[in-house]
Amino acid sequence: MARAKLARLSDAKPGERFRITKLEIEGTMKRRLLDLGFVPGSEITVLQKSPLGDPTAYRVSYTTIALRKEESDHIYGERIGNE
Amino acid sequence: MNKKKYTVALAGNPNTGKSTLFNVLTGLRQHTGNWPGKTVIHAEGFFTYKNEEYQIIDLPGTYSLYSNSADEEVARDFIIFGKPDVTLVVLDATALERNLNLALQVLEMTDRVIVCLNLMDEARKKGMIIDTANLSKKLGVPVVPLAARNKEGIEELLETIARMVHGEIKTTPLAVSYSRAIEEKITKLLPLVKEVVGEEYPARWVALRLLDGDTSLLHALQHHRHHFFREGSAHACHCAKSI
Ligand SMILES: Nc1nc2c(ncn2[C@@H]2O[C@H](COP(=O)(O)OP(=O)(O)OP(=O)(O)O)[C@@H](O)[C@H]2O)c(=O)[nH]1
Ligand SMILES: [Mg+2]
Repeated sequence: MARAKLARLSDAKPGERFRITKLEIEGTMKRRLLDLGFVPGSEITVLQKSPLGDPTAYRVSYTTIALRKEESDHIYGERIGNE
Repeated sequence: MNKKKYTVALAGNPNTGKSTLFNVLTGLRQHTGNWPGKTVIHAEGFFTYKNEEYQIIDLPGTYSLYSNSADEEVARDFIIFGKPDVTLVVLDATALERNLNLALQVLEMTDRVIVCLNLMDEARKKGMIIDTANLSKKLGVPVVPLAARNKEGIEELLETIARMVHGEIKTTPLAVSYSRAIEEKITKLLPLVKEVVGEEYPARWVALRLLDGDTSLLHALQHHRHHFFREGSAHACHCAKSI
């Protein structure tokens, strides 16, 4: 199956939406990301980056959650364009 | 007046109105303090209902009870070691998908749970209609709709709490089923866990934590029950790894 290479959530820009395919990580950080709502299938909106570029705020199932790049780097999926 | 004092714990995601509910309930008899903003350490208060005394504990808001932040440990330890007579899981009715994660985790830990659907006024404003009877049937515990800030639903909640502490409500908490591989491991581990921790702690939940390699729980168990660690837990831990 020919499929576009998956993007990292950390590459998505403010205003973009992103659908999660998988989390490439194990252990406590994976658990934490899942508990925060970053689960495969869910749609995320990138809200804004903080002035220094990290962390970035995301809208995920009706709540705003900020992630550091070291966390969002492990989240893979499709960039599905702007709102 | 009955001397027995019942304990009620308040758990839930951040910002779902736990402290507001705490203040409404304790305000019925005495005000033990206002706890605005984010709750960090738990607050305790008291209330009386139908001539019986209840102690109520306001736990920090968390999205989970697994990820080992200090807040999550406080909440988890209170539910496991404090053995509240009732745990109220306060959910934001406008964000159920997110909030139910924690509710399911609590249902794995105790069967004495009442789900409070708070912020129902907001849900109504957004045109959301929630089938609470069906939700209650699926979760296997009572579900009480609330708007704590407007003191809506409080009487029904108090009555449900009273009936639960008196054993008048039989619950059948929804048990999340895991993959076959994990369920097989749980089955192997359960007798061992029961042998070590006895009836005091929820065996299936402890088995899951062991399989997850949750060292913080083991430390907490060690702290709370020395004899748990005499030989049993090292063995249990080892078995969990080898299973
Ligand atoms: N509309 C509405 N707002 C509510 C209701 N209950 C609480 N609030 C508001 O929600 C906000 C959060 O309430 P808190 O009681 O502090 O929430 P909490 O769950 O204790 O928050 P943490 O301790 O941070 O986890 C406050 O601004 C409350 O006034 C309600 O039933 N309806
Ligand atoms: Mg609070």
